[in-house]
Amino acid sequence: MAEKVLMKGNEALAEGAIRAGCRFFAGYPITPQNEVPEYMSWRQEEVGGAFVQAESEVAAVNMLYGAAATGVRSMTSSSSPGVSLKQEGITYLAGSDLPCLIVNVMRGGPGLGSIAGGQADYTQATRGGGNGDYRTIVLAPFSVEELGNFPKKAFELSEKYRIPAMILADGILGQMMEGMSYNFEPVDPAALCVKPWAIGPNTTGRKRNQVYSYGLAEGELEAMVLKRAERYALVERDEVIYEERNTEDADVLIVAYGISARASIAAMEIARAKGIKVGMIRPITLWPFPAKRIAELASKVKAVLCVEMSLGQMKVDVDLAVNGKTPTYLHAKSGAFFPVAEEIAVAIESALNGKKEQLFNLADLAEKATNERAEAKNAPCKEGALL
Amino acid sequence: MNAITKRPESLLDVTMHYCPGCGHSVAHRLIAETMDELKIRERTVVVAPVGCAVFADKYFNCDSIQGPHGRGPAIATGIKRAKPDSIVFSYQGDGDLASIGMAEIVHAAARGENITVIFINNAIYGMTGGQMAPTTLVGQTATTAPKGRNPLLQGFPMNISEMLSKLESPRYIERVSVDSAPNVIKAKKAIKKAFENQVNKIGFSFVEVLSICPTNWGVTPLKGLDFLREKMMPQYPLGVFKDEKESVAQKIQEGK
Ligand SMILES: Cc1ncc(C[n+]2csc(CCOP(=O)(O)OP(=O)(O)O)c2C)c(N)n1
Ligand code: SF4
Repeated sequence: MAEKVLMKGNEALAEGAIRAGCRFFAGYPITPQNEVPEYMSWRQEEVGGAFVQAESEVAAVNMLYGAAATGVRSMTSSSSPGVSLKQEGITYLAGSDLPCLIVNVMRGGPGLGSIAGGQADYTQATRGGGNGDYRTIVLAPFSVEELGNFPKKAFELSEKYRIPAMILADGILGQMMEGMSYNFEPVDPAALCVKPWAIGPNTTGRKRNQVYSYGLAEGELEAMVLKRAERYALVERDEVIYEERNTEDADVLIVAYGISARASIAAMEIARAKGIKVGMIRPITLWPFPAKRIAELASKVKAVLCVEMSLGQMKVDVDLAVNGKTPTYLHAKSGAFFPVAEEIAVAIESALNGKKEQLFNLADLAEKATNERAEAKNAPCKEGALL
Repeated sequence: MNAITKRPESLLDVTMHYCPGCGHSVAHRLIAETMDELKIRERTVVVAPVGCAVFADKYFNCDSIQGPHGRGPAIATGIKRAKPDSIVFSYQGDGDLASIGMAEIVHAAARGENITVIFINNAIYGMTGGQMAPTTLVGQTATTAPKGRNPLLQGFPMNISEMLSKLESPRYIERVSVDSAPNVIKAKKAIKKAFENQVNKIGFSFVEVLSICPTNWGVTPLKGLDFLREKMMPQYPLGVFKDEKESVAQKIQEGK
């Protein structure tokens, strides 16, 4: 096995992208992903690639759009508020069928939120996020090692299907240090195949290429969207990646990705020590989602427990997969508080025994909110009062 | 009989959708002639905007990319940095460049990207139906300024060439017009220079083209030309705002 080097997540990611042949990077500063552009600023120069500190995330993603259109492995990275701004470019990249890599080192939201890690951009990442009918391939690492090794996987999937790829990490992964070893030899960009659809630097010997996302003639756009959907179907069928632990004999199935999966592994050990049979499936691709496998596993357990740093965004996908056949529960930490193993262990027991402790249920909040509103009935503007 | 003129090879033989009299088509022709004359057609990438020129990618006989509203200079930056041997030009209207895309043009200029920008100033939003642009003249009516642009509510028109010329990096900035034969010849010279500068690695070059939009101004093309000369030119004087002979790299090397 290759020797491990202690590396910070964001740096492992940046170096991993370089090794994967990325030769264009544009970005804008935002915590907790600043190490990525900082690393790229000198490393791209070293390998003869391009680095641009853009004037905004909007500009950065549009630089990415231009660079990706030339066929060079290109990437941008940001964190949640910045990724919101990038949606304009991401929908054009998707609509123009350009491979590229977008990294979101998520932080707490909405709005400015917090600078600590978060996982609340799940829906935005897996449903498209920008305007129109499209998807991005979303990879969710859960260790520094995966953070460093996923760029290559992301570029390869993205190029195979001409669908933008996203690495959905979080501020904890980005900031933490762990042993890193790359599981691939550095890619020589010159050895990659020349993309027949790419623009520049010369059309001699080929037809001119056009990169665009519009289709204004009757039926043109629909044909484009449907053609793309064929590739989505292949991705959903062939490219699902997940990891399972202790699922053989499980009574409770945890579903968790990224940093929440790390905490869930520790929780599983606590619960198993108490004799509770708990297993876990960790979606590594969030789109395509391992729905089929989750359905199979769910049919064999008594309860499914989702653990995520958002109020059930991933659980929507789990519920669609489980389809009401097994009760599903949620242990949620939103607002950039990290999942804690001991609390998840309590949630596991609650899910198994029909208790409420450490389980999040939106309906439970309605009663509380109703009471608070009743107390405030004499407030001067009670409709608008933020209680 | 000898043909004294022909369609430039860089301009495809397809029907353009521009209105009769529109300045866009003249600007297209001048760019295409330039591409032919400089023999750069095979190396050129056109970045088409959002606006009436959205289909520029269907008209120029070269590689193309059509991008989000106003982001042309960022897209051009990405292409040029990824493939420095490409000749990249961003073609933009005044809503595209001076309103939604203001940050992208200013920063591409400030970085001194070695690209060419052709900026069509027709003092109005053409494609969406005659709304006010940052370049709309004081008193000029628009569908979103039915009583005319009022400086108290909407401020004064923005003179982009003058603004950009205050930056250090841009090498060449000129405002031209396509209202008459002599001015078209001057416009051609400017456009050619803006491409030559890129070929010779001199740096960021920008040509603002005063142009007419008879459709949304609600006038005939001829009346439109009068409006351009009488009303636009006093606000937007023609001329060279910046013309540096050396690239920024050359200047720094010489310690200037
Ligand atoms: C993000 C976004 N906002 C608005 C529009 C709508 N839109 C299309 S063209 C246009 C105006 C273009 O005007 P201008 O740049 O002056 O070019 P012209 O049509 O006059 O050549 C607008 C606002 C859009 N397509 N995208
Ligand atoms: S609307 Fe105006 S700018 Fe657009 S094509 Fe017609 S004349 Fe030209």
